[in-house]
Amino acid sequence: MSEAPNTQEPKEPSGARLALTLAFAGLISGVALVFTYELTKPVIARNREAALRAAVGRVVPGAKSMRKLVWRDGALQPASAADKDAAVLIAFDARGAAVGFAIVTEGPGFQDTIRLIYGFDASTNTITGMEVLESRETPGLGDKIYKDPDFVKQFKKLSVQPSVKLVKKGKGSGTANEVDAITGATISSKAVIKIINTADKTWRSRLGTVDRNKVRAP
Amino acid sequence: MDKSLVWIFFSALLINNFTLSYFLGLCPFFGVSGRIATALRLGLATIFVMVITSLCAWLLNTFVLPYAPYLRLISFIVVIASTVQFVEMAIKKLSPGLFRALGIFLPLITTNCAILGLALFQTSKGYGLLAGLVYAVGAGAGFTLALVLMAGLREEAELAKVPAIIRGTALNLIIAGLLSLAFMGFAGLFSSSA
Amino acid sequence: MSALGKDPATFYNEFVKGIWKENPIFVQVLGMCPMLAVTNSAINAVAMGGATFFVLVGSSLLVSLLRKAIPKQVRITTYIIIIATFVTVADFTLQALAPAVHKELGAFIALIVVNCLILGRQEAFASKAPLRLALADAVGMAGGFALALLSLGSVREVLGSGSLFGFSLFGPRFEPWVVMILPPGGFIMLGLLLLVFGWAKERRARRAAVELGEAGAGGPAGRGGR
Repeated sequence: MSEAPNTQEPKEPSGARLALTLAFAGLISGVALVFTYELTKPVIARNREAALRAAVGRVVPGAKSMRKLVWRDGALQPASAADKDAAVLIAFDARGAAVGFAIVTEGPGFQDTIRLIYGFDASTNTITGMEVLESRETPGLGDKIYKDPDFVKQFKKLSVQPSVKLVKKGKGSGTANEVDAITGATISSKAVIKIINTADKTWRSRLGTVDRNKVRAP
Repeated sequence: MDKSLVWIFFSALLINNFTLSYFLGLCPFFGVSGRIATALRLGLATIFVMVITSLCAWLLNTFVLPYAPYLRLISFIVVIASTVQFVEMAIKKLSPGLFRALGIFLPLITTNCAILGLALFQTSKGYGLLAGLVYAVGAGAGFTLALVLMAGLREEAELAKVPAIIRGTALNLIIAGLLSLAFMGFAGLFSSSA
Repeated sequence: MSALGKDPATFYNEFVKGIWKENPIFVQVLGMCPMLAVTNSAINAVAMGGATFFVLVGSSLLVSLLRKAIPKQVRITTYIIIIATFVTVADFTLQALAPAVHKELGAFIALIVVNCLILGRQEAFASKAPLRLALADAVGMAGGFALALLSLGSVREVLGSGSLFGFSLFGPRFEPWVVMILPPGGFIMLGLLLLVFGWAKERRARRAAVELGEAGAGGPAGRGGR
């Protein structure tokens, strides 16, 4: 570059001019982006928080506030801001007493990954509610895992001992750990049960490690 | 862990095929699916670029973007474009044979939305390095598969008696629709053994 | 395919060509990825159309305004930076104002960056035209794109869910054609719409030919995908 004489200068803009244009474009774009980002960040965070709070409120009866927990050093501890998405939340009622846990988990469904949240009462080992957060199950069939009230209702008071079991509609023996499969969406129903059982295996024993003195209602 | 990698691979390859289920990379899908041999080469070049993109996206996501999340889109695009250019030059120097096979397709791939889609999906799914690479190979192979099948069908369709008015894009879209319908049969491949 | 002569470059002409004569989807077949991915309901189509409109009109204005300041060698890079900035702004804004819609569209908002329609308009038009015409062209193209999205989204939602904008149309006895809101339905329905569009165009061309006294219009050549 430095060896080239100045003869072609008038025809072609210099390398410096090109670099300057790009740098200028980058600068303006950066300013615009930072501005929008700072402006929308609090709103986006508030939206996300509100959505999560609403979901926890629906799967843990009586939940008014919550706190994120992470599994570290063999115990469940309050999550710091650096921990991105904690998988477990502890929910408190209006007076600040712990009313249960909410667990966010995911696994393969019929079409794509299903992400769901379920509430858990550790004192009675029962699931207190379930909500699908994200899925791409077939409309009209697999999407009944969250659109069919009869299916969702069964997770309101569901024992996990020894584990949740899926049965054909009307073929169950009536024990507290049974869920009736959705007719026409057996695989999607199976996937939900499997996801919950896998998460339960990981988390049930860990839930007892919460230090009630350290983890208080916010 | 192993099982989830297998799921990631087959999910990207068949069940959630980038082209037939997410509609990514449609421009080359319709543009370059005239002949099987060309389609195969473009597909291989795409797998190659996807793997590199996945690596770059992981590096950016891990080391740069936590500090400046608003730069995600711009940095992805710039990095993809410059990597492809760099790879093109490198291949030209190192392996002229490979360059002749893939070379002309590389610039085309930069504007393929499947590449940016891969980087974005990998980010939103929270895949790590290994999972991301497996995802990239699966998605690229899925794109190749769709492209080659489409090329085969179009070679047949050329010989068939089709009314003039439906020839061209409309016919290709309908063929793609039938192919997509066939791929829906792969859903449930993994959860049925629960 | 434009049988008619080149119209003079007026605001109105530039605007109308995007809506109908050079409609980005039905005639140019550009930007199909977002077109098919988000049109499983009318409301998603509207959101996507709106976001694309914002990005296309914004970038075209800026590019036209700066057309003399951008050196030719780095123009594509500059356009991409401009477009990506507008898309990121749209992405954040939508996420803040309409989180539910943003969740539905997901990564496809970010993918507007690689919509060939947008970069194509900068290169083919905005970089050469004065501000007024660039605005007309961008509004027309974006409008045509949004209209195409809306028509496909409406048809797919009506057939696939039996509703439009979420309002049920046919009552509980209607059995929805679920395939229409699934990926294959997108391909097939767009194919059929293109067919109808091509048929209407051919009919018009033939009638015009008859009026001119020419016997028999030439057989239409297939439009190759680009």
